[in-house]
Amino acid sequence: MTGEARRPPLMLRAKLRRALGGQAGWSGFALQVVLVVALAWIGHEIIDNARDNLATQKIASGFGFLWSTAGFGVSQTLIPYSESDTYLRVLLVGLTNTLAVSIVGIIFATIIGFMVGLGRLSSNWLLSRIAGAYVELIRNLPLLFQILFWYLAVLAALPQPRQSINLFDSVFLSNRGFGMPKPIGTEALAPFAIAIGIALLLVVALRAISQRVLFATGRQIVIWPMVLAALIGLPVLTVFIFGKPWTLDYPVLRGFNFSGGMRMVPEFAALAIALSTYSAAFIAEIVRAGVQSVHKGQPEAGASLGLSRGDVLRLIVVPQAMRVILPPLTNQYLNLTKNSSLAVAIGYPDLVSVFAGTTLSQTGQAIEIVAITMAIYLAISLITSALMSVYGWRMSRSMGT
Amino acid sequence: MSETAYVAGAMITARDAPVRSTGLVGFVRGRLLNSPTNILLTAASILLLWFTIVPLTKFLLVDAVWHGSDRSACLPETLGRPVGACWPFVQAKFSQFIYGFYPESERWRVDLTFLIGALVLLPLLIPRLPGKTTNAAVFFLAFPVVAFFLLYGGGLDGFGIGAAIEALAIGADHLKAWGIPLASDAHVYLALLHDWLRNQGDALGSPVWFEFGIVATFVSLVILAAGGIRAFVGTVATFAATAVMIAALRLDHGGLPIVPTGSWGGLLVTLVVATTGIVASMPVGIALALGRRSGIPLIRIASVAFIEFWRGVPLITVLFFATYMLPLFLPGNFTIDGLLRVLIGVALFAGAYNAEVIRGGLAAIPRGQAEAASALGLSWWRTTRLIVLPQALRHVIPGLVNSFIALLKDTSLVSIVALFDLLGQLRAAFADPEWSSPTTLFTGFAFTGIIYFVLCFGMSRYSLFVEHRLNAHRRS
Repeated sequence: MTGEARRPPLMLRAKLRRALGGQAGWSGFALQVVLVVALAWIGHEIIDNARDNLATQKIASGFGFLWSTAGFGVSQTLIPYSESDTYLRVLLVGLTNTLAVSIVGIIFATIIGFMVGLGRLSSNWLLSRIAGAYVELIRNLPLLFQILFWYLAVLAALPQPRQSINLFDSVFLSNRGFGMPKPIGTEALAPFAIAIGIALLLVVALRAISQRVLFATGRQIVIWPMVLAALIGLPVLTVFIFGKPWTLDYPVLRGFNFSGGMRMVPEFAALAIALSTYSAAFIAEIVRAGVQSVHKGQPEAGASLGLSRGDVLRLIVVPQAMRVILPPLTNQYLNLTKNSSLAVAIGYPDLVSVFAGTTLSQTGQAIEIVAITMAIYLAISLITSALMSVYGWRMSRSMGT
Repeated sequence: MSETAYVAGAMITARDAPVRSTGLVGFVRGRLLNSPTNILLTAASILLLWFTIVPLTKFLLVDAVWHGSDRSACLPETLGRPVGACWPFVQAKFSQFIYGFYPESERWRVDLTFLIGALVLLPLLIPRLPGKTTNAAVFFLAFPVVAFFLLYGGGLDGFGIGAAIEALAIGADHLKAWGIPLASDAHVYLALLHDWLRNQGDALGSPVWFEFGIVATFVSLVILAAGGIRAFVGTVATFAATAVMIAALRLDHGGLPIVPTGSWGGLLVTLVVATTGIVASMPVGIALALGRRSGIPLIRIASVAFIEFWRGVPLITVLFFATYMLPLFLPGNFTIDGLLRVLIGVALFAGAYNAEVIRGGLAAIPRGQAEAASALGLSWWRTTRLIVLPQALRHVIPGLVNSFIALLKDTSLVSIVALFDLLGQLRAAFADPEWSSPTTLFTGFAFTGIIYFVLCFGMSRYSLFVEHRLNAHRRS
């Protein structure tokens, strides 16, 4: 009797309330309805207006323009491209250029950033002050300012191609950019690449075995000689058997510019330098915070177990610091990729420059082009952050927290 | 038990005095030269400093040219010595860097705006001064209006009442157009009332003052009825201040001559975009942060989607969006100013970033605070407004200052979409053949770099100071 009386009589209604309105109940439901109506209305207005405006301006809508001929040249392409190619090809060229400058930037930013960050932690007073000054100076100047500085002031002040600074007659630095020999693969390239692959697999396997032995028996196996032998020996062996894997095409000065070889346009150099030094300042702070977040007792405990300084760093400090460093570091990589869109200011043919710039002004299809550009950057961001959350989830599981 | 095993047979020689660890000598030994690696690092650092500081001072000060009227003053051929910074170039272009193409006779308005802004902002930044609420209200509400009329010019040709009735009438028309029957022809009466009021005002010769008086009386009476005598006094004071403002700027007589935003430029645009961006992005950020923590599913999803979208795309695409796409989304007869479009884009972009900063602050408030508030019977809105938000915002002041610094730096991107901010003016100045000399570029970069650095570095120091102050209780 009492049990029945105690059963909440509004169970079903409460559930409904919860399902429709979340924690806020019916008022939440009302808010949701208002939100949906407002969004629908805004969406309707936008589409309506856009349709009217496009009709009055006589701009075709839709993505058909992607298959028409672009008809303009691009100063640096990583994939084959000619003026008779389509706008879709332009999009791909821009995207590869964006990725190229981002990857180069990320590599250098990481190297410089770790160096500056560790420099800031150094016990050497002068060094830590210099690293600190670097961080403060770079972080407090706009990135566009720095890109323009490198492009307009520094790289433009480099000598003409005739007087270019050169190293061994193969690497040239002038105001036309950075020329270097271009490797051209021969038929021996395939076995060479396979050899490197096998060597890498071997190294991974060796590491796993040594770790298992270490954890099972406490015995440390010295693996670095074997690793070196695999990494250097195998590829060298294929060179002896199959011959040189590539030949080099050297840049040669012809007239006012270089021909042959691999040429990096000065825009690329300016962008890569500015992006990597700028991001490095932020990465330095991340590294510093990460290393400082490892409690002092941790390396001390490691030392008291008899681990060497290198082992303490490798096994205790770095893994724990990495846990703090990696998420913001990924953010910086993302920022760097997004910031590479500033290329448009100096005319490096990245995605924004050739697609949202030249293509937009030629076709006038603002909606489609800006939407595609935004969607690509958004996809890069979302994929990266999804990977990061998977990583963070695994990390928190393995650390048992 | 063993006997005493050892007795010293001789005096142990005195140990050396410990190595000095204080003073300059101790410092040099301990922090610079305490190990071979460190000696090497110190030497490298000194070399690095030598190769940067010395040429820099030489360029900026020793070899610099200070007077001249055109490029010939900065050529090594005329001077017969290596030339450093070409400061006459900066002197010649200085007003362009600050005002852009703002008409020369009207520049006092920009100066006045800067001055008022500084006078209102400074007391807000000094924690010890009282009256923060009033001060903040003046800076965030009154100052933008004053700045708008000062910088842009123009006057008022009607006041709230006219606009309100017009909006009501338009709304009624819309409803009719959609086939929703109205109880009566309410909008007709509203329109009649509107016309009548207008005519009365015109008859008096000063429609602005007439409408202002009506609005002031009406609102004040409502406040008196609803909020009591204190609120009434505050409202009257606000209206009085507004009246003074209107009179001072002569808004009832058409105001100052209009300067279209197209001729604004330089530091003015940089500061306008950055300040408007941060002020406008605050409410957006707060709303999004609350939305993201809301218990209502759709609101949460919408906020998350909004935030992730704007954070996932580069600012430059947002600016392209604002410049090329936004006009297509608006009704054909409706055009918005180029600067305003950029401001909308920047506010949405910065709002998404601020939302994440504010969310951090909200997460830092212990759950007990909100629970205590609801135990007292406060509604969600009151809990948020009176208990949670004030604490959360205090926590995130440093974060907000950081996002303001980021915004100030990002403002330079507007030069890509044809607005001439400080950096844009710098690039324009380089194009002047009258000043082209080998060191012009470096001088220009040095000058604008110093401006940006002073602004950003100053703010970052300020945020450190605030952080330190807010964490005073954590220090032992």
